[in-house]
Amino acid sequence: MARFDEELIHLKEMVLRMGAMVERSIKDSVRSLVERDDDLAKAVIERDHQINTLDVQIDEECIRLIALMQPMAGDLRFLTTAMKITTDLERMGDNAVNIAERALELNREPILKPYIDIPHMSQIAQGMTRDALDAFVRRDKKLAMDVIMRDDEVDDLKYGILEELISFMIRDPNTVYRAMKISFVAQYLERIADHATNIAEMVIYLVAGKIIRHMALPTE
Amino acid sequence: MGTENKIEEKLKSEVKNLNFYYGNVHALKDVNMPIALNKVTALIGPSGCGKTTFLRCFNRMHDLYPNNRYEGEITLYPENVNIISSAIDPIEVRMRISMVFQKPNPFPKSIYENVAYGLRVRGVTKKNILDEKVEAALKGAALWEEVKDRLSGSAFDMSGGQQQRLCIARALATDPEILLFDEPTSALDPIATSKIEELVIELKKKVTILIVTHNMQQAARISDWTGFMMLGELIEFDKTDKIFTAPSEKLTEDYITGRFG
Repeated sequence: MARFDEELIHLKEMVLRMGAMVERSIKDSVRSLVERDDDLAKAVIERDHQINTLDVQIDEECIRLIALMQPMAGDLRFLTTAMKITTDLERMGDNAVNIAERALELNREPILKPYIDIPHMSQIAQGMTRDALDAFVRRDKKLAMDVIMRDDEVDDLKYGILEELISFMIRDPNTVYRAMKISFVAQYLERIADHATNIAEMVIYLVAGKIIRHMALPTE
Repeated sequence: MGTENKIEEKLKSEVKNLNFYYGNVHALKDVNMPIALNKVTALIGPSGCGKTTFLRCFNRMHDLYPNNRYEGEITLYPENVNIISSAIDPIEVRMRISMVFQKPNPFPKSIYENVAYGLRVRGVTKKNILDEKVEAALKGAALWEEVKDRLSGSAFDMSGGQQQRLCIARALATDPEILLFDEPTSALDPIATSKIEELVIELKKKVTILIVTHNMQQAARISDWTGFMMLGELIEFDKTDKIFTAPSEKLTEDYITGRFG
């Protein structure tokens, strides 16, 4: 195998390692909230340094390969996609840290209500993240489209959660502090799903050479 | 074939069903390609793919050898004449379509006489006209400032990059409509190369350019349209940015990403 191909495979592995860490952070951050587990929340915050380090390493590797190998066509799209994907992954990691921080605050307070929709949202967002990365690895346009379609579901869940929280706050001002924190969590999860959508859009660029961001969804 | 001729540009020339034979060897196979006016069209492809053969059809270089045969058309606009028709005098064609070769090949004459040569062949004798044309051609080739004080010096005393620009000036002196470049920078260092590339981009304001290059980054930097050839066929023709970011044909992708064979 040509050296360049080996380097591309190595780069793909780095992106996947970063993706796996981010997925785990999303999952653990929501668990730290639902299960009121401070240690888990702290572990998420701690892990973010590793995610950031990988983000920088992947960027450096992409820049090095662009400068030295002068990639064209599919290779060029792969490298630019990798650079953009890691930017989204890094933000997702930050969102997981934000959820863990809110968990640490909420874990000090009495439970407002059992968490049902938040874990549901988290599951969908995690699934989108995993599938977006799978689509990247397999260059699977169909799976990427599927991820993009799922974003609406997360948005709807978020609005449902916010409405419910607002009704809590109207009825009892004592709930405002907690309800606000929980609404932030819903907001972070919605952002995570948006980043997964961005990754899926980049995968479509990688496969088809077409930028579909900021456009109406194709009908196929 | 991923070749699309409706390119929505004003055309300087159009290649239609061009076949070319070296004796029994079928070197160009049914090539169709538009050449956009005042644009740079690049031809890329592996060695032996026919890109230089294709280029040489445009100024009837193949007529210099027996047993070579053209079929099809290379139409030159706006007159709509087929320049490979045997009814057309190759010398006339070469007046309108000049060529710059891989290695600089100045004549063993002064800088001035190199540029004036084509004009003298055409019968221009008036010194003031020659002076004017030589200066304009040297300026056009971005060489004037470097040589204006030594026009009578030998062309061989120039650097390789300067010699190549002199050859461009020589080609420009007769006011050609198309300039053909066959690997014009492969013998030059990066600085001389970038000067020639800048020059090509400047020259297209006045003249249509067709360039054969092995250097894909060069094709990507300076051309508007790119054709990829293989085994005498035009595999893909498209806008240069399309070819280098998302080509339609797998063969093109394999070639430009270096995964051939």
